[in-house]
Amino acid sequence: MAEKTELATKSPAVPTVPETTHGGPHFVPRVDIVETDKQLIVYADLPGVAPQDVDLRYERGELVLHGKVKPRTGTGNRLLEEYDIGDFYRAFQVHETIDASKIEAECKNGVLTVYLPKEEAAQPKKVMVKAS
Amino acid sequence: MFGTRWQPFSPVWNQLTQLQSEMNRLFDRWGGDGNRAQAVFPPLNIWEADDALMVEAELPGLDMKDLEIYVTGTDQLTLKGERKETLPQKNAQHRQERGFGKFVRVLTLPIPVDANKVEAKLENGILTLKLPKHEAAKPRKIAVKAS
Repeated sequence: MAEKTELATKSPAVPTVPETTHGGPHFVPRVDIVETDKQLIVYADLPGVAPQDVDLRYERGELVLHGKVKPRTGTGNRLLEEYDIGDFYRAFQVHETIDASKIEAECKNGVLTVYLPKEEAAQPKKVMVKAS
Repeated sequence: MFGTRWQPFSPVWNQLTQLQSEMNRLFDRWGGDGNRAQAVFPPLNIWEADDALMVEAELPGLDMKDLEIYVTGTDQLTLKGERKETLPQKNAQHRQERGFGKFVRVLTLPIPVDANKVEAKLENGILTLKLPKHEAAKPRKIAVKAS
């Protein structure tokens, strides 16, 4: 049967997430966050979220990610239900000084990538050592 | 004092506790995360429409070229693929929650399907398969003649 892998799927949200008016489950997307010299990059798995349905906000050092999933319940006899469908929500406190005007994001194949460039002052600089 | 007394550190007791912790570990691994076992990837939703079986899976980050779908005979479906790690050169890793790797899932469908007419669609990380039912499995309306 299935090979054992390191692959993982989304997990249900903790109750601190604001609820939607129409109810239904909310999910915490799984993310990878990496830091390079110039920027922070956030990768989030948002299966079923179209690029135009991603609501991304950066305010006072907080990055809020909200992915709306279009209902896609098929009609007919349910034979197997191994996962639920619902919106994605997650917020991060970003400590590094971020240049908010240069934040960029793209969404492809259900994976959102957010580029958070650091302010010039926060970027590491190589110090030239002069020979005296 | 004579007679049997409960000995918390007897070898038998140790073996029992060891067995118990082993069992807990086993159950934690297969069913501890929420209510569902996460032993198989990807999880699937399958439903039966009038003329087809619909199979849906969440596969974020996968391209069609990373995925192989087979229908063997009329009732065996195989989903095979690899989610490749695409992280750039980095200085520091703040979070690593997403999984990468290969997966295979084989399942036997409850209704025979027509392997030649299977349609697959991968959109926003959602794989949708439409497996039309085999002619023999389609319901037929039987006309009742008035005698």
